Amino acid sequence: MNILAWRLGRFALQMVSSLGRAVRMLFFALAGSPQLKNIPLVVRQIYQLGVLSVLIIVCSGFSIGAVLALQGYAQLARVGSESALGLGVALVLVMEIGPVVSALLFAGRAGSAITAEIGLMKATEQIASMEMMGVDPLRRIFAPRFWGGFIALPLLALMFSVVGIWGASLVAVDWLGVYGGSFWSVMEEGVDFFDHVLKGIVKSVVFGFVVIWIALFQGYDSLPTSEGISKATTNTVVFSSVWVLVLDFFLTLMMFQL
Amino acid sequence: MSEALVIFDKVSYSYNGKPVFHDLSIEVPVNKTIGIMGPSGTGKTTLLKLIGGQIHPDRGKIFVYGQDLSTLSRKELFGLRKNMGMLFQSGALFSDLSVFENVAFPLREHTDLNSELIRYLVLIKLNAVGLRGTANLFPRELSGGMQRRVALARAMSLDPDLIMYDEPFTGLDPIALGVISNLIRNVGAVYDTTSIIVSHDIEETLTIADYLYVLSEGEIIGHGTPSELKNDKSKRLRQFLNGLPDGPVPFHYPAIDYMADLISSVVD
Repeated sequence: MNILAWRLGRFALQMVSSLGRAVRMLFFALAGSPQLKNIPLVVRQIYQLGVLSVLIIVCSGFSIGAVLALQGYAQLARVGSESALGLGVALVLVMEIGPVVSALLFAGRAGSAITAEIGLMKATEQIASMEMMGVDPLRRIFAPRFWGGFIALPLLALMFSVVGIWGASLVAVDWLGVYGGSFWSVMEEGVDFFDHVLKGIVKSVVFGFVVIWIALFQGYDSLPTSEGISKATTNTVVFSSVWVLVLDFFLTLMMFQL
Repeated sequence: MSEALVIFDKVSYSYNGKPVFHDLSIEVPVNKTIGIMGPSGTGKTTLLKLIGGQIHPDRGKIFVYGQDLSTLSRKELFGLRKNMGMLFQSGALFSDLSVFENVAFPLREHTDLNSELIRYLVLIKLNAVGLRGTANLFPRELSGGMQRRVALARAMSLDPDLIMYDEPFTGLDPIALGVISNLIRNVGAVYDTTSIIVSHDIEETLTIADYLYVLSEGEIIGHGTPSELKNDKSKRLRQFLNGLPDGPVPFHYPAIDYMADLISSVVD
């Protein structure tokens, strides 16, 4: 019992200590006036983290939209409500699956890459050498990656939803024969920008913040060894995924007043 | 000694509970080349990190340019480092930048020089280390020794008042060794730079340094000018300078008795 209590206590202390280091890292990376000369670095990171993730987002969005249409059609056709298929698919994609799945994919592709890159820079003393040149690595390396990821994820989530709806329309309208007019008009009537789309965007903004923060901190705090970098990269994907799903529950609870 | 640029005042530092330095006091005079020597694992690189403010002592004070490092804010510390250059043991070049951009990096970050002037300065620095022809290559395309020469060019790019060299002679061929050795000596003389050379290359360090400190087990076992050290009769110093395995400076990392260790594994 004593050993269990001791381990729990030690675990709690480690968690508080890690949180403190993570907050400190983020504070020093983002505090202070923005530097204009860093804008090209942010644009480069939007390309690295966002543009290079487009293919995986488009493929996944299309597949999930198509599957939603297939599954939804099978259920709705039983009660003769195929015309509601477009609305159902759009709401699920915009409010839920778009933000969540794109955040999970982003954590796997971009988050893990950020952690590995920073961990390796730490192991090869590139971060230490930057410090010794009088250049703050938190402002020069971490901040552009943070803003790049923070801007890219909501755009990727929107892209995911749009491509998903397109995939659903191809399956439902062009293949299964659902009447196109009702598919699009019911969707247009039922989906509200402020009630649905904007809340989905808010979700992806929160997920973007959390995923990129975890990715940066895991790299920053990693042991400078091959094993340490490997563990940090795994942690990024695992912690990001869990936090995205947990936060999704609370955000849904708060925003949609269930 | 003349006015000191770096002062260690009874500095103690431990890593993971293991003491590295105990009441260490060192002075680095302005415009001099100071050699820090000692066996591997005595904390020579740690000493440079303490000067750069990357780690902080448990006790004692470190003054650089007359400023107590423990009283400086993060911003002030980064400002102070603009006057320092450091050659890392591994080179620590930025792997995503070309050789040219690596050397240009401090100039772009800390000056408003136009790109043409930066190009001149970078080519001058690269030419000094014999690697102007590698300007468009990436660090991964260079050998370890060449990477360290590029890192040296980068450390000197802002002509800092203080340059710290961490094992500058490791991995260099004899020609490069001679060139780098001269370069370090000339930089100190021409630009009035203060240099701190951490090395266990006794012969080379004794020829360059104006004054030397020899460290072992967290304390200074000898210090003086090269000629003073050569004439010092201290057993610990003689063991190090003559490269003898047996003597007061232990070769082995602390462990239980060798025979007892072997027998215990048989008994188990």
